[in-house]
Amino acid sequence: MIALSILLVLVLLLVVFGLLFRLQILTSIFSGSFTRDIGLSNRANAILMLVFMVIGGGAFAWSFADNFDKMNPPIASIHGHALERMFWTTMIILGIAFAITQVMLFVFSYRYQHKDNRRAFFFSHNNKIEVIWTLIPAIVMASLVFAGWKQWTKITGPAPKDSVVLEVMGKQFNWLVRYPGRDQKLGVVNYRLIDATNEFGFDLNDKNGLDDFVAGEVHVPKGHPVLLRIRSRDVLHAVYMPHFRVQMYAVPGMPTKFWFTPTKTTDEMRAQLGNPKFNYELACNQICGRGHFAMKLNIVVDEPDDYVAWFAQQKSFAEQNPDVLASFKEKSDKLVTKEAAAAVVTPATKASL
Amino acid sequence: MAANLPVHSQVQGDIGATEPRTEHDEHLHHDEHHEQSFISKYIFSTDHKIIAKQFLITGIFWAIMGGALSSLFRIQLGWPEATMDWLQPVLGKWVEGGKLNPEFYLALVTMHGTIMVFFVLTAGLSGTFSNFLIPLQVGARDMASGFMNMLSYWFFFVSGLVMFLSLFLETGPAAAGWTIYPPLSALPQAIPGSGAGMTMWLVSMALFIISQLLGGVNYITTVINLRTRGMSMSKLPLTIWAFFLTAVLGLLSFPVLFSAALLLIFDRSFGTSFFLSDIYIAGQALNNTGGSPILFQHLFWFLGHPEVYIVIMPAMGMVSEILATNARKPIFGYRAMIGSLLGISVLAFVVWAHHMFVTGMNPFLGSVFMFLTLIIAVPSGVKVFNWLATLWRGNIRFTSAMLFSIGFVSLFIAGGLTGIVLGNAALDIQMHNTYFVVAHFHLVMGSSAFFGLFAGVYHWFPKMFGRMMDEKLGYIHFWLTFIGVYLVFMPMHYVGIAGFPRRYYAWTGFDSFSQFADLNKFISAAAIFAFLGQFVFIFNFFYSIFRGRRATENPWRSSTLEWTTPVVPGHGNWPGAIPAVYRWPYDYSKPGAAEDFIPQNVPFSETKSSNMPNEREQD
Repeated sequence: MIALSILLVLVLLLVVFGLLFRLQILTSIFSGSFTRDIGLSNRANAILMLVFMVIGGGAFAWSFADNFDKMNPPIASIHGHALERMFWTTMIILGIAFAITQVMLFVFSYRYQHKDNRRAFFFSHNNKIEVIWTLIPAIVMASLVFAGWKQWTKITGPAPKDSVVLEVMGKQFNWLVRYPGRDQKLGVVNYRLIDATNEFGFDLNDKNGLDDFVAGEVHVPKGHPVLLRIRSRDVLHAVYMPHFRVQMYAVPGMPTKFWFTPTKTTDEMRAQLGNPKFNYELACNQICGRGHFAMKLNIVVDEPDDYVAWFAQQKSFAEQNPDVLASFKEKSDKLVTKEAAAAVVTPATKASL
Repeated sequence: MAANLPVHSQVQGDIGATEPRTEHDEHLHHDEHHEQSFISKYIFSTDHKIIAKQFLITGIFWAIMGGALSSLFRIQLGWPEATMDWLQPVLGKWVEGGKLNPEFYLALVTMHGTIMVFFVLTAGLSGTFSNFLIPLQVGARDMASGFMNMLSYWFFFVSGLVMFLSLFLETGPAAAGWTIYPPLSALPQAIPGSGAGMTMWLVSMALFIISQLLGGVNYITTVINLRTRGMSMSKLPLTIWAFFLTAVLGLLSFPVLFSAALLLIFDRSFGTSFFLSDIYIAGQALNNTGGSPILFQHLFWFLGHPEVYIVIMPAMGMVSEILATNARKPIFGYRAMIGSLLGISVLAFVVWAHHMFVTGMNPFLGSVFMFLTLIIAVPSGVKVFNWLATLWRGNIRFTSAMLFSIGFVSLFIAGGLTGIVLGNAALDIQMHNTYFVVAHFHLVMGSSAFFGLFAGVYHWFPKMFGRMMDEKLGYIHFWLTFIGVYLVFMPMHYVGIAGFPRRYYAWTGFDSFSQFADLNKFISAAAIFAFLGQFVFIFNFFYSIFRGRRATENPWRSSTLEWTTPVVPGHGNWPGAIPAVYRWPYDYSKPGAAEDFIPQNVPFSETKSSNMPNEREQD
């Protein structure tokens, strides 16, 4: 409805424009200025420049303020707060540069519109001014780069040793989650072992993998560093968690990682927002096909105690899928006997050759 | 230099205005009256002016296509719940049960990007104006090789034809995004568009790259070798500097895209694993191991980033020219303008990985590219300040071209500034692939380059067709577009700051992205409105070709060489000898001069009253 009314207003504006210009042509014919090189329309455009600046600038400021709360998703990670401060500081600096240059552009356009009796000022260069407006942006840039670089190295630096580790794997079109179990070590996986049951491609010959468990949603403890190990098993995906300011591609064949520290539990955030249905969400942010827009995973931030309790309840993949485990046993048993047989047989076979 | 070239018509390059006409001139003059068949004159023409018009009109066709596709997906984004049965006659099976097919949505996005970036803003913009203006402004009879120039257009045409036909494939056109990242683009199992659609995309792009290289070699050779007497590099109009550096950029970066496309073709069709590794898809583990999808991104962006400067630099050059002409003032800081173009051209090659901060690339590389990326803001800033200083104390005529040039500067500022956020690796963690990025590049390279294109068409239309475009319709077109573009892209920043991911068919599945349904409707309405506004231009353009007010030789009282040709320059551009050049192209409102402009071909000996102390005849 709003869109429709706006459209209507714009159409009416269009009509007004048309009439104004028609009227202007007619009056200019009567006044004889029609044949002149530079007519009244020059003045009209100059005024419109100013009008555009005032109304456009005002509308922008109003709509920006009006939408400000909506455009700031609540933040729930330590580095997220730091990035948020840096983002808005940068935006303020950019806003100032934007306002100054745009005002100069439109005011100059209006102020220096054509006058028959004036001649433009022949001003071809001034090296001093050039140096000044090269140096000032360079200095501002340098400080922004430095601030950004400091944060970037901190965020992408090694995760603390005691981090909670979990693995998120992207596939068309959902996310799979794996925890390392009690031994805190993720077992070996191999994409060739993937099938409908063994979606991760667990290689259960690796003992580290025996206690690994798979979860339907991500649980992480509040106030504790979390290291996400990220993989993809088909095309590119990207782990995007806007509330935590986390983003990293999931690349087939190249595991990636990202660590962060959540600062608010899901319940705390629900209370803060007054929205009992609130959930932290993980979205896919790299085009991956038909279901790209629906690749969602919920993230639950627990109090550390709740997290431990939840963790203790989980059953390992091997425990839940004894037949998969059995098939590995079988294969490895076969392999062992085969190898033993080969060791015995080889010299004789060689001799016969 | 030029005299050594065997090309007959180029021999004139070294003959100045002051010399008597030679036999050769007579001969050339005579040549003009040869009857050319319609086909050799208008279709397989080797005349740079005809080729420029071919590029322009093909570009306009593609712009309408690209705009229409964007209107389709904006309808989906603005009104995700609406039924689209009414689109069935156009889209056929891509509308299923009143809903747009999500895979076709991705195809729309992909085709919109490909068409706009390559076919409109690369071929349509630099193809049109490099072709049209380089020989006219440097004082040459034609391009260095008219035949290669013709091939350049026809390769582009066939490339477009292949891309156009791919829209009608059973499995749909390419749908992996215009950046065609593998494995999605390599595996038809992943998305149907990666079948025949992707093959045609790659074939089309290979042809397109050939077209670009043929054109680029020609532009560079012409600028270096065929400048008229007196036209030193330091007297070239900024348009030519921009076209020249754009061609250099294209020549150095397009082959890298070609290599990426070639390797992708190998991965797709011949079982290699350049970009593929450890993939389990459609119930099957593939044999490919050891490849890297990130390698493709490096190759792609090694073209992809210079590409945005390939798009924007011609616009910058034309805007500089038009601002100076219509402010009746010399461009401020001519040498700084050239310097910043050179700076941008060099830096354009060392910033590509800022598209890849969060791909898992080594964070140290991220730091390096962040540093280099933010440096490139400095020459861009210098250009903006110089444009503002050009307007200051000018005597401004608001022609349609001038309006679009001012609009260009405004949009370039608005879009360029947010690049400083995105170039910051730390901030890019949140902003990467959100609508903030979409808003940023649509303003700074999309809309700005379009404004440069419009400015160029309005400004040089009289020289192209011998008639003027209607100014009133030009004003209406400008204000509709200017307002429309801001209405579309400013609110898009809000959506982006809130973290809305791009290339989403709908955001309705996420609580995090549920707050801006109204704003998305608004953006969609504004986008469709701005698109419809372009038909004012299209009407004006075609109407004026046939019915426009007749132009004079130099309607804008401009000082560059193209305005010394007849109203409609014929084959060879100047009926007599090519004028020699004595001064820089921006002698506007020079103190002491009789007129408020002095053309480049007027010797200092004729303008004694206005010469600066150091301005003397050099020959």
